[in-house]
Amino acid sequence: MSAPPTERVKPSPAGDEDLTRLRNADARRGRLVRGVMLAVALVYVSVLLLAPLAGIFIYALKSGLGTIGQTFSQPDVRHAFLLTFVIMAITVVVTTFFGVIVALVLARDRFPGKRLVSALVDLPLAVSPVVVGLMAVLLFGRGGWFEPFFASRGIQIMFALPAMILVTIFISIPFVIREVVPVLQELGMEEEQAAWTLGASRLQTFIRVTLRNIRWGLLYGIALSAARAIGEVGAVLIVSGTLTGKTETATLYILRAFDQYQDQQGYIVALTLATFSIVLLIGIETFKRRRTAEAD
Amino acid sequence: MAGSIEIEGLTKSFGGFRAVDDVSFVAEDGKITALLGPSGSGKSTALRMIAGLERPDSGRITIAGEDQTRTSVQERRVGFVFQHYALFRHMTVQQNVEFGLRVRKEDPAKRRARVLELLDLVHMTPFAERYPGQLSGGQRQRVALARALAPQPKVLLLDEPFGALDAKVRHDLRRWLDELHRELGVTSLLVTHDQEEALELANKIVVMHEGRVEQVGSPGDVYDNPTTPFVAGFVGSANVLHGSVVDGHIHLGSFRLPGASHLQDGASATAFVRPHDIRVAGGEGDVKAVIERLASLGWLTRVTLRLDDGEALVAHVPNEELHGAVEGDRIGVDLRNPKAFLKSESEQPTDA
Amino acid sequence: MAAVVAIEQDAKRPEGRARPPSGAALRRWSLRGATFVYLGLFILLPVVAILQHGFGDGLANLKAALDTFGAKAAIRLTLEMAALTAIINGIFGTLLAYVLVRIRFPGRDLLSTVVDLPFAVPTLVAGVMLVALYGPSSTVGGWFEAHGIHIIFAPLGILLALLFVTLPLVVRSVQPVLLELDPAEEEAARVLGAGRWTTFRRVMFPALRPAIAAGCLLAFARSLGEFGAIVIVSGNRVNDTLTAPVFISQLLQPGHYGSTGGPDPAAAVSAVLFGLAFVLVLVTEKLVSLGKERS
Repeated sequence: MSAPPTERVKPSPAGDEDLTRLRNADARRGRLVRGVMLAVALVYVSVLLLAPLAGIFIYALKSGLGTIGQTFSQPDVRHAFLLTFVIMAITVVVTTFFGVIVALVLARDRFPGKRLVSALVDLPLAVSPVVVGLMAVLLFGRGGWFEPFFASRGIQIMFALPAMILVTIFISIPFVIREVVPVLQELGMEEEQAAWTLGASRLQTFIRVTLRNIRWGLLYGIALSAARAIGEVGAVLIVSGTLTGKTETATLYILRAFDQYQDQQGYIVALTLATFSIVLLIGIETFKRRRTAEAD
Repeated sequence: MAGSIEIEGLTKSFGGFRAVDDVSFVAEDGKITALLGPSGSGKSTALRMIAGLERPDSGRITIAGEDQTRTSVQERRVGFVFQHYALFRHMTVQQNVEFGLRVRKEDPAKRRARVLELLDLVHMTPFAERYPGQLSGGQRQRVALARALAPQPKVLLLDEPFGALDAKVRHDLRRWLDELHRELGVTSLLVTHDQEEALELANKIVVMHEGRVEQVGSPGDVYDNPTTPFVAGFVGSANVLHGSVVDGHIHLGSFRLPGASHLQDGASATAFVRPHDIRVAGGEGDVKAVIERLASLGWLTRVTLRLDDGEALVAHVPNEELHGAVEGDRIGVDLRNPKAFLKSESEQPTDA
Repeated sequence: MAAVVAIEQDAKRPEGRARPPSGAALRRWSLRGATFVYLGLFILLPVVAILQHGFGDGLANLKAALDTFGAKAAIRLTLEMAALTAIINGIFGTLLAYVLVRIRFPGRDLLSTVVDLPFAVPTLVAGVMLVALYGPSSTVGGWFEAHGIHIIFAPLGILLALLFVTLPLVVRSVQPVLLELDPAEEEAARVLGAGRWTTFRRVMFPALRPAIAAGCLLAFARSLGEFGAIVIVSGNRVNDTLTAPVFISQLLQPGHYGSTGGPDPAAAVSAVLFGLAFVLVLVTEKLVSLGKERS
């Protein structure tokens, strides 16, 4: 406890010595307890989180830089990274654009059933990615609800990029919305109203005032959804058909690599993703700190 | 009339609740008009409708001779000052003040000059590069004022501008707003619940209560000649006494006071007497009372009196008049300028 | 008659309805419309599809799925692992939150960052990391195997993967509530003579309970559906280390089990799983908002 040790309220004729001794013992015990808690926490985090991270760095680099170069020279590896990036970029754009709209409606509008909408936004967090893939199959796969519509127009959704993008969007929906809504709620509408009285149109006000005010919460949400999109594996596995070089993302490549005993390449690609996530993590932490700093 | 605000029959309900009920008044060009009333009286809602931030259910709003009832906020070109400043937190003081000018695409050189002019006017020039989070409440409100005035609005609307500030800051800013207004002469409409503020600043006061206008008049009118019991009790402090009307007088137990000739004989009535209208009598006076407490207010003394029938009165008496009376003394007092109203109309405003 | 109507003006004004005439309704409805279309298409529609396929024929599909070899074991394993994860991380997550909020030490910011690592790292990569560290060919893994402790391709590996993934959920659930707690309350208890543990039990814990519960429920719900972290670590052995999500993915690969045709049985099991998880998420939200109301 960070509070200073408190005196026991005991009117004692024994005097100051006893009190001091009690206080010191108490403080020592307090420090000991805190020390133990801290030690336990650090050990837990090190074993659970840091050790595996160190493990993959060591393991992947064990094979030497030569293997790394060789891995990256493979066209399917490069294509996998490219595909991952494209899917992530599209997902982030869509979930950000619509996410801000939904956040505005949730934070500021009032209508019956708003709670239901709010619950819907949280739903993707609860769904297993495998189930998300199944949903896509039911809608766009053979015999699916929308399959005839797209098939007759010659557009392929399932086992192609569109399905992969759609499922990634599904699982990324909550992040921007959940981070922006509380910020909007804290801010209220007074600054926007002030801008209107000064002659700013709604669009001008939105860009100059609203967006500026939500930027850290928004960036935090975007970073989280980017991380989620890159890491997606369960859903894209089901909808992609894993056609090497065409519908294989970095994560799917890793799966295949381990399946086919090409462990080393799998490790290297995994390490690359891990490194990139650490960069994202730094972004996430920075945006989160700025966002919290402003809330005070 | 250039720059005046004319309100006719303004009405607004939220759900079943009538916030503003058939409000009409005129805020004259170049003057400060105050909308005075307790919280919930509808004054802020009325102001926001004038600004365009709320839409009236019915009524008409005319600003500078043009009907603005249905125009957008942006088109009305009113200056608005919020109680909680509403400064743009991610912009510097300078950027805040020039916002209205940037939006109207003013020439940058002219913009800069105008911003400097205004910052100088509100004594905030050294703070131009600061952010609102680094300023005190009083400083923020001055910036808010500068920001509102920058685009040269036709009228200035202020929604309890000093409500969030300390008493001392409030007094200082009040005086400063007065000077500012004298210099600029912009038509101003000020919403406040502080009657001292309204009496000091405004040329005209519109007293509101429960969404309706109780009285419109100069500060003197509203203070000396209240036309409704609410105004009598709300504006300035007052002692409230209950009695009945007999022959043009209001009988209050052991004594009676004149001033009820306009009321129906036999009816129950309420009389309001201001503390400074209770004076130590030369002789018998209107009524005898015991001095319960004396509290010095400088050159005045606040005297709490207890009448024989148990009623309490508060008087503000100049020290000389007390002639050394002390607590426990029984003295005669005169109750001057009583204002009488029929009991059925009377609310229960605060006693002095 | 009562004095002034004490209703504060702001309380009566509907939030956000500060809108002048013309175009206002259009704006409001186009924003709402976009919201409904976006959420309806992306979320509502798929959910309806699953429900329809899974339970359109009553409970037949669910029965078929559960009868599939290994199904019941997979579900049981998933539930057990999820419960264990929720409990273990409930304890350690709360401990971590406490350490991060109440103890000042060098590197506190770094620890906070590391706690968020699972949010950034792909789940599959988390699984790969565990294999790298505890796999038979690594020194650490070798040591464990030699002592008869099976981590990779065993339930323990699954547990470690789930603990990895869900730790920040608990920490971030408890941390804000801890931050809001007033240390004065605890000081008062201490002054009145309460020992450290009593203070924790009587003063802090009741206030933290909803947040801890919320974090545990979130961890549980997340564990029910986890795929990426488990699919490599567990080995996916039927009746042994096969979890429900992996099981469902296998159901969807035609010919793998060959017993039931089409994705409908998978849909049935999925619907049950995610229905449970969804209810948990909703309960969590309620707990969080209740906790906020109290403070």
